[in-house]
Amino acid sequence: MKAQSFRLRPILTQDGTWEYHMRYSGFRVIAEALTGHKGWKPAWRDAAPQAAYDYIIVGGGGHGLATAYYLAKEFKQARIAVVEKGWIGGGNVGRNTTIVRSNYLLDGNQPFYEFSMKLWEGLEQDFNYNAMVSQRGIINLFHTDGQRDAYTRRGNAMIMHGADAELLNKEQVRKMYPYLNFDNARFPIKGALMQRRGGTVRHDAVAWGYARGADQRGVDIIQNCEVLGMRIENGRVLGVETSRGFIGAKKVGVAVAGSSSKVMAGAGMRLPMESHVLQAFVSEGLKPLIDGVMTYGAGHFYVSQSDKAGLVVGGDIDGYNTYAQRGNLPVVEDVAEGGMSLMPMIGRARLLRMWGGIMDMSMDGSPIIDKTHIAGLYFNGGWCYGGFKATPASGFVFAHLLAKDTPHSTATAYRFDRFAKGLMIDEKGQGAQPNLH
Amino acid sequence: MIINHPLLGPRDSQEFVYLGDAALIHRPDGMADGSLDKFIDYAYLRDNPAGEHRELWYHEQGDRSWLVVTRNTVTHEITAVELARDVARREGRSK
Ligand SMILES: Cc1cc2nc3c(=O)[nH]c(=O)nc-3n(C[C@H](O)[C@H](O)[C@H](O)COP(=O)(O)OP(=O)(O)OC[C@H]3O[C@@H](n4cnc5c(N)ncnc54)[C@H](O)[C@@H]3O)c2cc1C
Repeated sequence: MKAQSFRLRPILTQDGTWEYHMRYSGFRVIAEALTGHKGWKPAWRDAAPQAAYDYIIVGGGGHGLATAYYLAKEFKQARIAVVEKGWIGGGNVGRNTTIVRSNYLLDGNQPFYEFSMKLWEGLEQDFNYNAMVSQRGIINLFHTDGQRDAYTRRGNAMIMHGADAELLNKEQVRKMYPYLNFDNARFPIKGALMQRRGGTVRHDAVAWGYARGADQRGVDIIQNCEVLGMRIENGRVLGVETSRGFIGAKKVGVAVAGSSSKVMAGAGMRLPMESHVLQAFVSEGLKPLIDGVMTYGAGHFYVSQSDKAGLVVGGDIDGYNTYAQRGNLPVVEDVAEGGMSLMPMIGRARLLRMWGGIMDMSMDGSPIIDKTHIAGLYFNGGWCYGGFKATPASGFVFAHLLAKDTPHSTATAYRFDRFAKGLMIDEKGQGAQPNLH
Repeated sequence: MIINHPLLGPRDSQEFVYLGDAALIHRPDGMADGSLDKFIDYAYLRDNPAGEHRELWYHEQGDRSWLVVTRNTVTHEITAVELARDVARREGRSK
């Protein structure tokens, strides 16, 4: 077996080239500019599977890569592989609308998402990669007195858990976004709940940054390797059967988002989950219009403007079980209508692109990060449409669970048995109907 | 998606409300032994297959009938549509 390498810093080798694992910095950019950019190297190795590992993480999305990164970096574990059926970042981590926030209400959730927000705030320094973390502020508009009360309560819950929240009145919102449809007869804008520390993060860069950081600490990132089943004997997992053969492991952590039910069926498990599609859309580039993130309170519509100037918009899930990474037209119409009723000026902007990703919609709208009844097999999923913001904390607490066999203090509620025990974490109060969360 | 309603012909899926897996027709007997575990499974666990899926759709903006639609969750192709009442009878749910 190959020795694990922990080369972290740039080393100028004797023949004048840089060692493989280089540290990115302003100095390096200048040095590379002066030497014709010949020294840049791939950010991670394209590893081939070894016979066995201590840890196999199934799924090279944001959560799987972050898990491997923190396992190696924070929990000092070695012999780790991430096994990805396609290419890393090709799943939801590269398909989401990049919004990060910690504006949850319930006890089981808010400390976890606030932990995630804190990790986002230090992430780029931590993994030495520009993930374009932009705390541009998020506002949730409200349109009725009842909504104002609900958002006041939510804001107070956030503050009590150490996050930031502000209630804006109509004039404060008008100052930020004067062109909104404030006096809509049916849904007048009455104000908004704002979290200034919320914002956006470049989604692909999150996958790449974690991949590079994990690779530098010796993690094998194995792409084009689909897990087809689990080898389980006497109630213990021995490894995974893949399209590139059997790979042995002491512990297997599954983080495959929309494919959760499929992969866990390989271990004979049925999950409290359905797979649904969520769509997103990008308009043509426009002049600077929205410098934060905004959600509409009277329809399913949310919007931000990317650094390339397109409006990034989304809405509701399509609402039926699906594994097709594309949605249908009714949601396109619904999102466009939501946008038109909130900011009629966008009526003349054209949508350039649309796509979909498969959501692991859980029965209470909250995730599961837990051991299974099979020794050595761990599960992370049920992220619904909101798991991007959770990426750093999800990776951290899953690594904690894998390394120490006990849940991290911010993730004690994310158990499988909460459904049987009646301890659901149902932010929306919708009950066991995944398409309503 | 177009759902070919057995009584009304082809209808836009937007007229319907989606409930989920047609296994929900088989509500456990609350008086039987072990019914608690069965109800937990019934309420919370799903097969969630990639491929053929039998599922319940309610024609809310139509004749208010419940349908069992057999649909492929990978291609969205619908291969069978039946009245849920007929399916339930056939599967011994009601007389
Ligand atoms: C359109 C859209 C908008 C969204 N917007 C937001 C947002 O604004 N904010 C937010 O917080 N969240 C958002 N989300 C949700 C968020 O993207 C997901 O919850 C999150 O990315 C899921 O975790 P992941 O990154 O690990 O998933 P993924 O990137 O999907 O990773 C799972 C990986 O597992 C791999 N895999 C699957 N099966 C196997 C197998 N058998 N063997 C090996 N590998 C396998 C897949 O190929 C995939 O790469 C959005 C999602 C979508 C689709």
